[in-house]
Amino acid sequence: MKEEIIIAGFGGQGVLSMGKILAYCAIMQDMEVTWMPSYGPEMRGGTANVCVIVSDKKISSPIVTKYDTAIILNQQSLDKFESTVKPGGLLVYDPNGIINPPTRTDIQICKIDAINVAAQVGNAKVYNMAVMGAYLKMKPIVKSENIDKGLAKCIPARYADLISLNKAAIEEGMKAVEVIR
Amino acid sequence: MAEKILMKGNEAIAISAIRNGADGYFGYPITPQSEVMETLMKERPWLTTGMVVLQAESETSSINMVYGGACCGKKVLTSSSSPGISLMCEGLSYLAGAELPCVIVNCQRGGPGLGTIQPSQSDYNQCVKGGGHGDYNAIVLAPASAQDMYDFVDWGFDLAFKYRTPVIILADGIVGQMMEKVELRPEKPRMTKEELLKVAPWATTGKTADRPYNVITSLALESDVQERFNQKLAAKYAVIKEQEVKYEEYQTEDAEYVFVAFGCSARICEAVVDQLREEGIKAGLLRPVTLFPFPTKRIEELSGQVKSMMSIELNLGQMVDDVKLAVNGKCPVGFYGRQGGIIYTPDEIVEEFKKFNNLK
Repeated sequence: MKEEIIIAGFGGQGVLSMGKILAYCAIMQDMEVTWMPSYGPEMRGGTANVCVIVSDKKISSPIVTKYDTAIILNQQSLDKFESTVKPGGLLVYDPNGIINPPTRTDIQICKIDAINVAAQVGNAKVYNMAVMGAYLKMKPIVKSENIDKGLAKCIPARYADLISLNKAAIEEGMKAVEVIR
Repeated sequence: MAEKILMKGNEAIAISAIRNGADGYFGYPITPQSEVMETLMKERPWLTTGMVVLQAESETSSINMVYGGACCGKKVLTSSSSPGISLMCEGLSYLAGAELPCVIVNCQRGGPGLGTIQPSQSDYNQCVKGGGHGDYNAIVLAPASAQDMYDFVDWGFDLAFKYRTPVIILADGIVGQMMEKVELRPEKPRMTKEELLKVAPWATTGKTADRPYNVITSLALESDVQERFNQKLAAKYAVIKEQEVKYEEYQTEDAEYVFVAFGCSARICEAVVDQLREEGIKAGLLRPVTLFPFPTKRIEELSGQVKSMMSIELNLGQMVDDVKLAVNGKCPVGFYGRQGGIIYTPDEIVEEFKKFNNLK
């Protein structure tokens, strides 16, 4: 199993940390991972993206141009990455702020209103975990117990009370994901 | 099983320095390596191991602080990225001239000048051929993963003290910024003064009654003294070339075509080899892990076995000269590179490879 994922959105939406948590969950499942962020001028312009690769085997190139999954949180990123999803791949996006929705018909497309999910859970900061939940529902690459372990690794012990909140956001995200085609 | 932690290559350098008993780090921030000092400042090792972490006022200053620490036999390191390394080259030459051990991390970005902050391998010539003035070489290690970044700090210090020479870890923006699993090796404490006197009897640790006057300098005004010193260095480099060459091979046993690539490029070329093998083309990869000493002998051997070789680098073609010297005309040597922080994709390399070898 090898899954190449691009996660892209605005700085502050938790794109990089979602990638990190996802990578940690995969490590807990004894998989290989690479996490390669954008750190260039585009990041300073407000958009952020990270390429996460998880695999059963050693990962050679950390740089890829076609992805199995694109997780998209703003219009700029949708415009940039929709065409990079492999045929038969998956695109998960948050419709908030999207004026021109994805048009491809050769990939699976899912919608997650993560702003709404985060509001229901009661903390806007778990927005990215709602998105991650939606993704993991569509592609359950890590087991539930390893999600718990991954979260525990990423959240400092002094914020341990936030683990359950994040977990709730992931679970609600799983329920709220909507398959468009 | 040892714990595996997800960390950036730059963080791995910092954590490894602390865990391997480094005495001091002196640096100045520059993208894409600022996480080295950031992590050290966050970890606050001066409270635990006693390691000094200091932000100097410039790269020139940090390399000279390294010189000072190294004179005292301390395990000291610095890190920077390309333009900062240029500023350090004077100090690097002095360190080589005074035969001082230290580790210098270069997390390369595109140049010349201030260039770009994106990954590059365009400091190959600068770091492998010298950089500073005078007849010298530093040992140059080329990491390709976060684990390498962690491991090469300890290996680098071992080599630096064994040969009394600066060691450069020639990384790049990808290896520095990418997060991967890192296994933390058992810790090594900092050297005690007794250990230091054994490992580095040449160090300036203070004049005692039973110890002769001891000066560390790179100045030799008399030509015959200087020439003797140059020849001493030459003899040292000959031993290093004989004993410390390290490389990795991938699918070379039956290879008809061999790529030569270091650092992040070697990772990408591994994917290229897999892709070509799927098409039935017998490709292989030689990854120099040490750039000085260079795996000249092994490349020469392989050149007798293959139809061609190709050097893949994120620059305009620098290591390819060393590959050609090793091959010495035995087979055609091609080159493909990208610059400015643009990274080649495996597909792109496959295409260039086929063009060079007239294959479809």
